[in-house]
Amino acid sequence: MNRARGNYAFNTFNYVLLALLGFATVFPFLNLLAISLNDTLDTMRGGIYFLPRKWTLLNYEIIFRENGLLMAGVRSVIRTVLGTTLGLFCTTLLAYALSRKEFFLRKQLNVVLVLTMYINGGLIPTYLLIRNLHLMNHFAVYILPLLISVYNVIIMRSYFEQLPDGITESAKIDGASDFQVLFRIVLQISLPVLSTIALFIAVGHWNSWFDNYLYASRNQNLSLLQYTLQKVLIQSANEIVSDNGHANVQAIRNNPESIRAAITMVVTLPILFVYPFLQKYFVKGITIGAMKE
Amino acid sequence: MADTAKSLVPSQTEAIRRKPRRKQSLGGLIASQHQLLIMSIPFVLIVILFSYVPLWGWIMAFQKYTLGKGILHSPFVGLDNFKLLFKDQQFYHVLRNTLVMGVLNLIVSFVGAIALALLLNEVRARFFKRTIQTITYIPHFVSWVVIANIVTQLLSPDGGTLNQILVQVGILNDPYYFMSNPKLFWVIHTIANLWKEVGWNTIIYLAILGGLNPEHYEAAEVDGASRWAKMRYISIPGLMPTAILLLIISVGWIIQSGYESQFLLGNAMTIDYSEVLDLYALRYSQQLGDYSYGVAISMFKSVVSVLMVLGVNYLARKTNQSRLF
Repeated sequence: MNRARGNYAFNTFNYVLLALLGFATVFPFLNLLAISLNDTLDTMRGGIYFLPRKWTLLNYEIIFRENGLLMAGVRSVIRTVLGTTLGLFCTTLLAYALSRKEFFLRKQLNVVLVLTMYINGGLIPTYLLIRNLHLMNHFAVYILPLLISVYNVIIMRSYFEQLPDGITESAKIDGASDFQVLFRIVLQISLPVLSTIALFIAVGHWNSWFDNYLYASRNQNLSLLQYTLQKVLIQSANEIVSDNGHANVQAIRNNPESIRAAITMVVTLPILFVYPFLQKYFVKGITIGAMKE
Repeated sequence: MADTAKSLVPSQTEAIRRKPRRKQSLGGLIASQHQLLIMSIPFVLIVILFSYVPLWGWIMAFQKYTLGKGILHSPFVGLDNFKLLFKDQQFYHVLRNTLVMGVLNLIVSFVGAIALALLLNEVRARFFKRTIQTITYIPHFVSWVVIANIVTQLLSPDGGTLNQILVQVGILNDPYYFMSNPKLFWVIHTIANLWKEVGWNTIIYLAILGGLNPEHYEAAEVDGASRWAKMRYISIPGLMPTAILLLIISVGWIIQSGYESQFLLGNAMTIDYSEVLDLYALRYSQQLGDYSYGVAISMFKSVVSVLMVLGVNYLARKTNQSRLF
């Protein structure tokens, strides 16, 4: 009897606590969504929590009309798609080669890769390398340095290694080359790890802003969405929003909160749309990668 | 799954239990495995370019480097940069910030993730559990730019949601400018980090808890153990070996704990508490053009970090008998 009551109390406590945590995680996003959909002058009066008081799409209209912002969005999408495609392709090839037990350089190459997780030159030497390679203010600076992440290679290699040997062995005996084994057999049964790594790479590219700030801030034609948002965060909205004939532009310039909320939403929503579909995969992918037998 | 959790960081040596095979000449190997070489060598070269070549730049720490002369023609000055570094008051400030924020993050996220995993593990309603998991993973995928934006918005003195609530409830008379109080920076930074990563960090602990032997729970059930007792005597001991190992490993990475969040959350008023080693190196290099000094800081950080990681791994290996890398 006593125990049942104790369990009941524990359960109630547990559910309430977790629900509160869930709320604390979601609330800031809901709050920004409400602000982004609310009239700027009205927002200044305060009191916007879950729902907009004076609905408007003007904030979004303004940022989408803004040529610089729209182009930044397009470049962010291009960077993410290109970077993810290339990154996934290169990671897969490298991980497969390193997962082949018969590969004679396997041990040496593994050491070369794993050591990079412990030793790195640091921020300034890397910056000067990028300069010397003439990658400054060049689109390639977004793609090349991030092409291979050793962490991702290790996760994928671990996944390939735990696939049953029999599948690939028989194909090899039938005379299939490594490329054929990889693309016709291994990749067919590797959807969990492929989507996990694709998600990691894509999120990394989409969220990246420091390389934009450090290596490409001089070239306006390379500005990405995240960096633009960072500029709104630190400076005023003046530099971002030009006077494009709207009556409310002045108010928005003086009170960048709405525009900031709208850009934040544009930056965040793509992730929220993609991520739930991949969740079942990445939990498995991570667990396999982290806990290798 | 529980016993596989022993070696957390995959090792490159353990998998090589090769069968003896007949000797092949190098040329023969290259010919027969040329496809594997094509798949790997170009990408390893890219890794070498972006991870090893910068190490060459460490030479600058011993030079008076100028962009015009480059590494090959800049004059050597011996250990001057390091002597300057160890006399620099600001350097110790920045080192302190790096270490304190690293330690705070480590402890808070370690405790937070384990607590959350234990609580989630007790939830029987599967839909509720999965919903909370899905929700708490989200901030991990959101950029620090967005998080900084959210924090700034919540804490803003004009119209910030937290200030509005605190004033309405009557705790504060006037809105408070949280972000400009340097003393609060570490707290805000740690909470923001916890909020962003706590859900994500539970994944590994939930996997271990899910792999614990159900018979233990059933036996405890028969013996009349309460939920607390089961948590205390089965779940937590089951979690501990891996958790301690993870904690030990993370200690090695304290000094490496990033600079994006500090860059974005910090401002001119909090810089004494928010600036970390990398940002100081960057500021020195960019504003004063003294790249040698910046490299000396980067090099100091890398060397200390490697020593810490190796030392910690050595300790972990001694106590745990399992190799970490």
